[in-house]
This record gives sequence, structure tokens and C-alpha cells, in this order.
Amino acid sequence: MDLEFTEQEQEFRREARAWLTANVPAEPLPSMDTREGFLAHRAWERKLFDARWAVVSWPREYGGREAGLTEWLIFEEEYYRAGAPGRVSQNGIFLFAPTLFEFGTREQQDRYLPAMAAGEEIWVQGWSEPEAGSDLANVRSRAERDEERGGWRLSGQKIWSSRGTYGHRLFGLFRTDPGAQRHRGLTYFMVDLAAEGVTVRPIPQLDGEPGFAEVFLDDVFVPDADVLGGVDEGWKIMIATTGSERGLNLRSPGRFVAPANRLIELYRRDPRPAERDAVVRAWMDADAYRLFTFGTVTKLQAGGAIGADSSINKVFWSEMDVELHATALRLLGEAGELDDGDGGWLDGFLFALGGPIYAGTNEIQRNTIAERILGLPRAK
Amino acid sequence: MRLAYTEDQELFRDTVRDFLADRCTTADVRAAWAADTAISARWVELAKVGVTGIVIPEEHDGLGMGDEELAAVLVEAGRAALPEPLLESAVAAGLLAEFAPDAGWLAEIAAGRAAASVLLPGQRLAVEAAAADVLVIGLADGDLHVATPADCVLTARRSVDRSRKLFTVDFTPTARTLVASDTRRALARAADRGALGAAAQLLGLTRRMLDITVEYAKQRVQRGVPIGSHQSVQHHLANVLIKLEFARPVVLRAAYSLARDLPSAGRDVSMAKIYAGEAADLAARNCLQVHGAIGYTEEHDLQLFMKRAWALGTAWGDAGVHRDRIAADLLGDAPAPPTPAF
Repeated sequence: MDLEFTEQEQEFRREARAWLTANVPAEPLPSMDTREGFLAHRAWERKLFDARWAVVSWPREYGGREAGLTEWLIFEEEYYRAGAPGRVSQNGIFLFAPTLFEFGTREQQDRYLPAMAAGEEIWVQGWSEPEAGSDLANVRSRAERDEERGGWRLSGQKIWSSRGTYGHRLFGLFRTDPGAQRHRGLTYFMVDLAAEGVTVRPIPQLDGEPGFAEVFLDDVFVPDADVLGGVDEGWKIMIATTGSERGLNLRSPGRFVAPANRLIELYRRDPRPAERDAVVRAWMDADAYRLFTFGTVTKLQAGGAIGADSSINKVFWSEMDVELHATALRLLGEAGELDDGDGGWLDGFLFALGGPIYAGTNEIQRNTIAERILGLPRAK
Repeated sequence: MRLAYTEDQELFRDTVRDFLADRCTTADVRAAWAADTAISARWVELAKVGVTGIVIPEEHDGLGMGDEELAAVLVEAGRAALPEPLLESAVAAGLLAEFAPDAGWLAEIAAGRAAASVLLPGQRLAVEAAAADVLVIGLADGDLHVATPADCVLTARRSVDRSRKLFTVDFTPTARTLVASDTRRALARAADRGALGAAAQLLGLTRRMLDITVEYAKQRVQRGVPIGSHQSVQHHLANVLIKLEFARPVVLRAAYSLARDLPSAGRDVSMAKIYAGEAADLAARNCLQVHGAIGYTEEHDLQLFMKRAWALGTAWGDAGVHRDRIAADLLGDAPAPPTPAF
């Protein structure tokens, strides 16, 4: 075992910390789900990109630093330690990009990755539909062949698309083989949300801001150049993306270690002994999550894969995040209900409550753990 | 950065796992329940695999290893519910190696011809105090004594886990038994080794309870379907696995920290004891629930592992003790107490 960081990694940490200290906005940006905040967050992404901090693990030619997993974790620790803004480009750079790197053509990568990394184009996911939530194979949105124009005509309805209100492009599954059932006959498309036939209806979330949207598609033309991977092969490509969402890519330990440390400060300023154990628990869970992630990185570096283990990961971080923020609100006492209170704890709490729901509900994750890891018979 | 055992460590662990699968069956554990002492002929065989001498220096015929290897092996001891006092003997041997290396005990323990037990400040119960050949006793004033059962008045107590032969120890220190003074730091470290070892065993116990119950849930058919196909049952067991998978790296890190005497070692060990203890507690509850009435019997093997888990949950500092230590470190202005008060 070796839990030390190399000299090179420590230098990377120092460089990241120095840049973040000098550049992170002193005041929090407005919510990224307001028009003003969306622009401000994109401007922040541009600043990150210009300094090569937007996508540290990507290849140099697309603005990255070719950072390894450990360095990526270090960057994330520093990023959240510095109190830097949430990543408005997250669904693109963390969820979609790994899929585009793996399944996209060189031409598609060249066309989309630079603008994604620079925050110029914000990507939106198009998974859920009114009849396809946890049961994603029930997708009904369809794509019909348009041989004349060399592409497809998409119709249907996507819902709960984060950043959909102001975002630019959508990635998601559409049924290209109307005769096929369930996970067969689905194709992975990239859709320009400014295209003719697209209607976006903002949906205000618990915090009152339109964080996600419903996207209606009425005969929207998408050229062949925007099909990702093979026609009718969308399911396996999608699995690659949701694996990222549940697992390592979306939730680095830095995201929890930073608020856990702030929770300790909150307690020390105004101790409420009744909450002592909950505070200790939140800090320990964030620490345990960091260690668990180190273990995962060790496994990946030895050539292993994450697979269904990502479900264990997802249940843990999402429930930990809710508890951590609920504890903070209890520490605040009467001020816990204030939406304009200090520290953004209520916002954090409302955001955390989504965790056990999105990226596959925790009920589905527990089924996956039971069936795919423990080997129990499939639930009826 | 690498949070995993080395290949050599894994090889050693796997050897022990194979040995215990063969030589420590649940029938063997039950035999220990019925006997006056759990130290059996297996002790010599364990010595041949190297297990009794893990922390004993090589010049005394031990393996000269440390807390990482000890923890790895104790996970396997937990999985098998090994009844011998492997941990207690190792904690005692560590103190002997530091303060009484030439008293003759180390080579005997490494060879399996002797077993040791230990009583640290704050502990009132010693495992196998009557059958052990040597008792290492640390006192609150920092004096360290090496005694034999004959030097003590022992009163047998009954553990929930009948394979743990517990005794209260009435010991009158003498100049003859005193081997060192001012050993508080070493005693605190020994207590941490004990807590780490208990945590490691709790991991193995959790895994075993889960394995037993998964098999049962696959085979037990009610209303025409295996009970393991019900989501309510699946979620009980998934929750145990989640607890276990997050406790494992916490215990690994504690072994790493303690082996290197890092400043955070005490806190890391306390966290390991809490996480492994919670995993084992949840395993005991949920596995019992999934088994239903058959799990509530003495004849079913689940109880062997549940009871060991309950016993080790309170031994070497219960969750509250360890949480206090972490809270003092994280939240208090006073420095954390160096040793858990048992």
C-alpha cells in the first residue's frame, strides 16, 4: 500500500490550488438555472478552459492536460476546496464526452469536443420520457429514415433534461426500428436544440429555478453525421454513459470532502451537542468515500473495470450527500429554513435530494447490486 | 497512491483462507463452544502457516510482519469465526517483542507451543486467560507486567459467543512480573492494534454472514419463487454489501496508518472499528431477518457468526468510545485521548 501522492502529483495540486485561489469568484455566481447565471457559469467555464483546467483528463489537443485518474481526483479536491462554481458543462464533459471519445468518429469528436470543453455549447441529456423513467428500455420517441436528405426525422418527448432550458444540444436514445422491442432497435443521436421542430418547456425544480426541461420533438431532422455509433446500437452505447454517471466520473470525493469540512467549521462556531454524532458521521462518510474511490482507482489502474460496482458507489454518495446537508440545516437551527441564509446549505440540501432519484433511482441501484453482484434471482 | 494489498500479502492471506476453510469448519467452531478452551491442536497448525508469529521478529522465529498482514489474516479469521485468540496473542506478542524479547515466549508463540493473552488499561475481560501460557498485563500507571495464569485470580465469565473464553483478572503486581514502566504509548498502540484486529475480523464475519444468507435466499422458495427475488429481501442484502464495501478501504487505511505510526493512526483505527462494526451489526440483523425462524435457532450456523460479531462489536472499544475519540479530534479543542477507554 502507498497512500502518498508522488512529487509530480503534489506539484499538480500546488499548481491547481494557486490558479484556483487567484481565479475563483469571490462571490457565488447566480444559479446556473437562471438566464443570468447560465451565462456567468459559461463565462467561468471559458476561463477554466483558457487556463487548461476545464477538462484536465482530456487529450491536450482538446484542451486537456492528459491527467491520470489520481490527478483528476486531486484537481476535483482542489476545485471544491476552493469553493469554485458548479460545472454547467458537467453533463457534456463528464457524461457524454467519455461516450463520444469511445464511440464517436474522429470527425464528430473534432466537431463537438472543443466547444463543449470551452463552455460554448452546453449538452443536455435526453434519456427519460414520460413512460420511460427507471425503465429506460421503454423509450417511445422514434426516428424515421429520411433517405433523401441523408438522415433521420425525430419525433417524441424527452423529460427531466437537466440544463435543457438554456442548453444547446441534446444526446439521447430514439427508436429507429419500430418493430424492435425494449433495448433493441434504439439509436444514439445528437440533436441541435435550435433545430426546427424542437420545443423546450422549462420545468421549475424544488429550488424554483428551471433546472430541467421537457423537450418536444416534432419531425426534427438530424443528419447521419449526428448518429453516434451504429444504427440500432444505442443501448450498449447508453450503458457506457450511465456507467459514468453512477460511478466515478460524476461524483469525485472532493465534492463531499469540501462541504464535510465546512460542516465541521459550522459546528465548531456554534456547537449543538445533539448534532455532534451526525457531524462526525458526515465527515467520516466523506472520508470513507474518498478511500473507496482510491480503492476504485487502484483497481482501474491495475486494469480492472467498475461495472455494477458503480451502483454501490451511487447509493452511498447520494444518501451521504442528503444526510450531510440535512445535518447542516439542523445545525443552523431557526436559520435553517432561510433561502437567503449564509453558506448555501439549503440550496445544497435541495440539490442533494435529487441524488437518490437521478442516474437510476437508488431502488433500481439496490436491485442491480443484489442481482448483478450478489447473484440473487431477478426480481419479478 | 495504491490502496490495496501487495501480491505477497494477498498470497499469504489466501493461504490462510484455504487453511481455515479446511481446518476451521463450523463443526470445529462448535467444538470450541463445548470445550473449556478454544485453543486446540489447530494452534500448532496455525503456527506452521506462520499465523501465530506474524508480528514476532524473525530472530524469534516469527514472520517479522506488521499490522497490514495481521489485519489481512484476521479478516480470514473472522470469515471462519476462528475461535483461537489470534488477535489477543498478537497484541501480547507485540508488547513482548518490545519490552521482554528475551523472556523466551516469542519463539514459543511463533512455534505454536505457547499462546498469549493480554489485558490493557481499561479492559476488565481477558480472552483465554486460564489456558494462555502467558498474560501480558498493562496497568493504567504505565507499568507492564508479564505474568502467568497462576499469578492471577481468574473468574470465568460467559460471553454471548461461547467460543470466547472470558475471565475477569484479579492481578497483584509484583517486582517479579514487572518488565517495564512508562509504557503508556506502547499500551495505547497495542489498544489500537486490538481495535484494528477486531475491525478486520468484523469484515470477515460480515462477508460470511452475507454469503450464507445469499445462498439461502437463492434456495428458499416460498409462494413459488426464491425469496431472494423479492426486492425487499434484495435490498436488505444490498445494504449489507454497501456497508461492507465502504468499511473495507477504511480498515485498509487504518492498517496502513498504524503500520507506519502516522499521526492520524488513532483516528483511522477508530473509524475502522466503527465502520466494520456497523457493517457486521447490519449483517447480523438483516441476515437473521432474511433467514426467518431458522436463523433464530442454535442449530443454524448463522448464530456462530452473529454472536462473534456482537462480541467483537463491544470488545476493543465499542462504537461510542471510538466516536468520542474521533469527535474530540475533529470538533474538540482538547487533543484526542491517546487511547480508547474500553
